[in-house]
Amino acid sequence: MTEELFIQGNEACAKGALKAGCRLFAGYPITPSTEVAETLAKELPKVGGSFIQMEDEIASAGAIIGSSWGGTKSMTATSGPGFSLMQENIGYAFITETPIVIVDVQRGSPSTGQPTMAAQGDIMQARWGSHGDYEPIVLSPSSVQEYFDFTVRAFNLAEKYRTPVFVMSDEVVGHMREKVIIRDDLEIIPRVKPESSENYLPFRNVKNGTNPMPAFGQGFDIHVTGLTHDERGYPDTDDPKTHETLVKRICDKILNNKDDICDIVAEDTENADIVVISYGAPVRSMITAVKNAQAEGKKVGYIKINTPWPFPDEQIYELTKSASDVIVIEMNLGQLYYEIDRVVKCHANTHLIDKIGGLLPTPNEILAKIEDVGGN
Amino acid sequence: MEQESPNKFLPYMRKDRLPHIFCTGCGNGTIISAFLKGMQKAEMDFENIAMVSGIGCSSRIPGYMECDSLHTTHGRALSFATGLKVSNPDLDVVVFSGDGDAASIGGNHLIHAARKNIDLTVICINNNIYGMTGGQISPTSPKGSIGTTAPYGTDDYPFKLAELVAAAGATYSARWTTVQIDNLVGSIKKALKNPGFSFVEVASQCPTYFGRKNKLRTPTAMAVTMKMNTVFKSEADRMREKDLEGKIIVGEFADKQRPDYTDNIQKLSEAKSGGKTLRYSAYMDDI
Repeated sequence: MTEELFIQGNEACAKGALKAGCRLFAGYPITPSTEVAETLAKELPKVGGSFIQMEDEIASAGAIIGSSWGGTKSMTATSGPGFSLMQENIGYAFITETPIVIVDVQRGSPSTGQPTMAAQGDIMQARWGSHGDYEPIVLSPSSVQEYFDFTVRAFNLAEKYRTPVFVMSDEVVGHMREKVIIRDDLEIIPRVKPESSENYLPFRNVKNGTNPMPAFGQGFDIHVTGLTHDERGYPDTDDPKTHETLVKRICDKILNNKDDICDIVAEDTENADIVVISYGAPVRSMITAVKNAQAEGKKVGYIKINTPWPFPDEQIYELTKSASDVIVIEMNLGQLYYEIDRVVKCHANTHLIDKIGGLLPTPNEILAKIEDVGGN
Repeated sequence: MEQESPNKFLPYMRKDRLPHIFCTGCGNGTIISAFLKGMQKAEMDFENIAMVSGIGCSSRIPGYMECDSLHTTHGRALSFATGLKVSNPDLDVVVFSGDGDAASIGGNHLIHAARKNIDLTVICINNNIYGMTGGQISPTSPKGSIGTTAPYGTDDYPFKLAELVAAAGATYSARWTTVQIDNLVGSIKKALKNPGFSFVEVASQCPTYFGRKNKLRTPTAMAVTMKMNTVFKSEADRMREKDLEGKIIVGEFADKQRPDYTDNIQKLSEAKSGGKTLRYSAYMDDI
């Protein structure tokens, strides 16, 4: 039965996780993400799930990876300081291809920063926070409904590609209350168990890059290591070919499926002189500002990036072709801006609205920038 | 399992991974044998054992065993093991660790796992040195011992791990050395059967790095010194602290019962959902 609720963003995230089949949460309290943990502490025991409060965020990330190999969809939620602590085990999850979901409710940073204020300063940490080459999938919600939907999708993508997925929300989306519709016909992707343990290779160099995944205790007797490993999972750290094959497969299974993974929304970009681009909470102000600018007769469109990573460069390139100017809105001093600039600078000038301090950029601030840049 | 085998423990090993990387004279082989013997004595089903480890020489052990094994990040094995055990409490989860892994970088995870009294069995191989990285002092290196990072001898005070873990709340904690095999096997058996956090510290020899730096070049010299320095707990309890400096106190430091963490989760699940937590729920499409 379709449900209609009026709830907080972090609660919607927790409900999305439950809907997607998450049955273990391990976490550590941190503002402004704590309501995700609190909701799941209450709800998981009711559905045969487990909640663990760990000693820190390093342990939280470790616990959900261990749990995932135990055969349970698993998640943690945190904010910037905790996300920093998790980076070591995030790298482990990438090289061992462990499906997990990590929610980062971003706050003012660096360091302890502004615990109760919104920011988007972790978007590059989500991309490059752990050492080495890997391709993260990152979803960025701008409303409570999207926070629910994107959490469900995060679990689905994690299982489909056997990879960690990050939901990068922020204090605004985490703490606001809005209507959420929970449909009962949502697609939920279960994990795929290998057909037989005979000749099964957990890290086979398969063409599409993603292998089925057994759980511990199912009789596969597999070895999982953070060391560079061969197709059996055995350490093989001296052969350059083994390393190259492994890391390229792990990256390519995401990059070769960008059409399936990347999600952007574009409005009125076809003949626009100015295209405004944002993701996450600032999208709310961006849409109002663009409508107001259009009412003034300006040829303005917008792009809302739902998946900052893998970066949808081809779509951004195509959708900004007619524009002379591109305005990027971020709640940091310019992070995804440089990625967008890389793609559009051959045909458009790029401008940045870099609002930090914790407050959303207002529609008027964005409108002023649109007017400043021009457009007819 | 194969019937004919030159070594009775070989059927438990991944033969396609041998030979192993351990140095001649390393205590790891003795401890693997003691573990498997303890496991047999405890009448455990090897098929139901999952092993977890961190980084270091001792953490390589699970990679040689023919069971599900998770070789994780440095110091973090217990957090992965906690998630694995809660995810599937039916598994017997065993953690292999060393002094640097468990007591230095993983110290916080160690005391919290003990506090939770989660049903894990930890075999901590304490060779008083970082072997994998070439002989740096560890948090258990005896005062005055030489390492590459303490060329003039360390002034640091070493952790007493078995006592630390007992104080943190483990329901079973013991320490033996690689020269007291029967006692070690007995403790491993008890640790595996104990329904709670069980910690077995094994004082072990690293002739390659600890021995070479500390005038104990041969495995025999290390074993003899270890044996000479051993004091049974019952005797140590009557000795002055000053006289115990540099001694290895062996025996049991905790052997009691209190509710295990995973049991508590099962009870909560039964109270709130009417059944135990789900097993292998990631594979269910009608969840």
